[in-house]
Amino acid sequence: MAKSKKLSVGRRNFLKGAAGGAAAWVATSGPLKAQQSEAPRNGSAPILAKEPDPGPISTVEVLTADRPGADFMVDVIKALGFEYVFANPGSSFRGLHESLVNYGGNKNPEFITCCHEESSVAMAHGYAKVEGKPICVLAHGTVGLQHASMGIYNAYCDRAPIFMVIGNTLDAATRRPGVEWAHSVQDAAVLVRDFTKWDDMPLSLQHFAESAVRAYKIATTPPTMPVLLVADGELQETPMPASERPRIPKITLAGPPQGDSGGVAEAAKLLVAAENPVLIADRCARTPAGMKLFTELAETIQAAVVNQNGRMNFPSRHPLDQTERAREVIRNADVILGLEVWDFWGTVNNFRDQLHRTSQPITKAGAKMISISATDLNTRSNYQDFQRFPDLDLSMAADSEATLPALIEACKRLITADRKRAFEERGKKLAEAHLQAEERVRAEASYAWDSSPISTARMAAEIWDKVKDKDWSLVGGRGWAMRLFNFDKHYQHVGGSGGAGEGYGAPSSVGAALANKKYGRLSVSIQNDGDLMYAPGVLWTAAHHKIPLLSVMHNNRAYHQEVMHLQRMANRHQRGITTAEIGTTLKDPFIDYATLARGMGVHGEGPITDPKDLGPALARALDVVSRGEPALVDVVTQPR
Amino acid sequence: MIAMIASALALAQTPAAAPAGNAQNGKKLFARYGCFQCHGYEAQGGLGTGPRLAPKPLAWAALSRYVRQPAGQMPPYTAKVVSDKDLADIYAFLSAQPTPPPAKSIPLLNN
Repeated sequence: MAKSKKLSVGRRNFLKGAAGGAAAWVATSGPLKAQQSEAPRNGSAPILAKEPDPGPISTVEVLTADRPGADFMVDVIKALGFEYVFANPGSSFRGLHESLVNYGGNKNPEFITCCHEESSVAMAHGYAKVEGKPICVLAHGTVGLQHASMGIYNAYCDRAPIFMVIGNTLDAATRRPGVEWAHSVQDAAVLVRDFTKWDDMPLSLQHFAESAVRAYKIATTPPTMPVLLVADGELQETPMPASERPRIPKITLAGPPQGDSGGVAEAAKLLVAAENPVLIADRCARTPAGMKLFTELAETIQAAVVNQNGRMNFPSRHPLDQTERAREVIRNADVILGLEVWDFWGTVNNFRDQLHRTSQPITKAGAKMISISATDLNTRSNYQDFQRFPDLDLSMAADSEATLPALIEACKRLITADRKRAFEERGKKLAEAHLQAEERVRAEASYAWDSSPISTARMAAEIWDKVKDKDWSLVGGRGWAMRLFNFDKHYQHVGGSGGAGEGYGAPSSVGAALANKKYGRLSVSIQNDGDLMYAPGVLWTAAHHKIPLLSVMHNNRAYHQEVMHLQRMANRHQRGITTAEIGTTLKDPFIDYATLARGMGVHGEGPITDPKDLGPALARALDVVSRGEPALVDVVTQPR
Repeated sequence: MIAMIASALALAQTPAAAPAGNAQNGKKLFARYGCFQCHGYEAQGGLGTGPRLAPKPLAWAALSRYVRQPAGQMPPYTAKVVSDKDLADIYAFLSAQPTPPPAKSIPLLNN
């Protein structure tokens, strides 16, 4: 492979050299002439033999090329089926960029212009969770990747696949002076290697093709995670000779890993025999099939379900849903099954953040705990997102969704008439408890109903009223929407950031909305103000590419989580308990998000402070969105 | 002997019945001391942060004890930073909060 690169580089240099050499023959060659005129010493042979007469030579420098390597790279990208490429432009991938828009026709993939590389990645992250497959992101290998790195980390933590391609110029002899040196690096991927699943730096086009296919396969095999390829600048720009015909290997994806048969049998035995089984789903339903399967498992054994909403796992108004009484059901459980639960330990233990940190189990003595998680197949050392080690009785390193069919069948085989009766009784009690919980939620929502700032319950209820009869998708935000909306389809919720890196929400909503666009779905995001301010240019991207999205600002005028942290510190030290807003609030002046949005080409309305104005404002914004464009309503809200 | 005095002093610092307080000032203090961050401006509660405190707050003795020495996640508000008088004003604010209409009467909550 190295030989090919040298040949490629050699070819380019030959072309340059031929032109240079021709020019040298035209001009007087000072040093050569001097050497040739030097008399031999001591009877030895002349230092330089006389050069033969080259004859007439063309002096026209070759300035164009028909088949740059990047054209083949586009062939590879198209073969992988990417609809879009998200990118903020960068010179280190100028070759690939040009090939995409011209050779590739800017279609499948279409270039989505982003204003920040972190936004590019977060858009890809949101898109991947709706579509269930990765999308391509391009970035500079140095400064672009630095910008992108938090987005990649979020996707890694969230187990979302992203296909990164970064530009770099490895051959120092070909770099333009100045900026290109600051934008070049020996090992481009090292910056993010701790939180990408695989990376490579292909040295030839054939190598690129094989690594691209391998990267796609690795990214999409659970646990799905970001992968990264370096597209060398010379490889992009050097023309392919007619004789070079790299091929794209067959793209065969790996089936997801299922739980071992012994583990499945043991889990089924425990679940069927349990009096109070609890199923906890976090990132369980990778696809719509996962939601169906998980629902089938819950209904088969009439188990209490706690939905941690890392993905859309379970219908929110299903009678078995006990999410509102999670602590109570976990406390009473005799068997707990966690499916892709990010923080199993934190789920079953209570942890106190006081001066002396303490914890105690929530579960009762003797409760059996089972985990099925693909994270156990790929746990890295440096970044500690793997959480504290839980006390499990059974652990399967496998993909939950892939394991569910076998687990359901194993449970069904064990169910006797007696157990069936017990399940029916349990199901009735759970259904009753669910209805009571729903009533409590509605009662809770009624407090501060007419307040200003507007309660988040009121805001969620107003949004729900406007979207409930449409084909909607909550692409950003959670909170009261999770308690009041009726979720029953997989695409209606896509989970959170994974790594809690703020600045994920706005771009991921745009990416998810782009994925929803072709299905005609109404995408709605409850957008935190602080999150938007990291890179508000995403609003421009939504306007420019006509991505229909309703963003409703949850504008509490602060980085509110940090307000509370600072308050905790001040209280602990018994001083300055009125200063928590220093460095944490967004006021003086208040940011005018409606004007910000309009400045980016997005319909903007607000700030809305009277809850009576909210419904009509949402209706106007939805009119805009129904025409295929983004809209934003700024709502000044209570803190949480 | 010392323990008995300390216990008596403690009781004196947290009287059984709520002392009279100024609800208007209490509302300001509720915001100023950061209580609203977790409990909302109307003490209606915050998702994942703090429970609803009003209307019909806990009995004065229980609430004041908890505020000074919380058993859960709440950061402590000792007498050094929030005086008994200020806490009494806050309690008056909580006690004065109106009861909302029943959820069944709110159409948006019955979708």
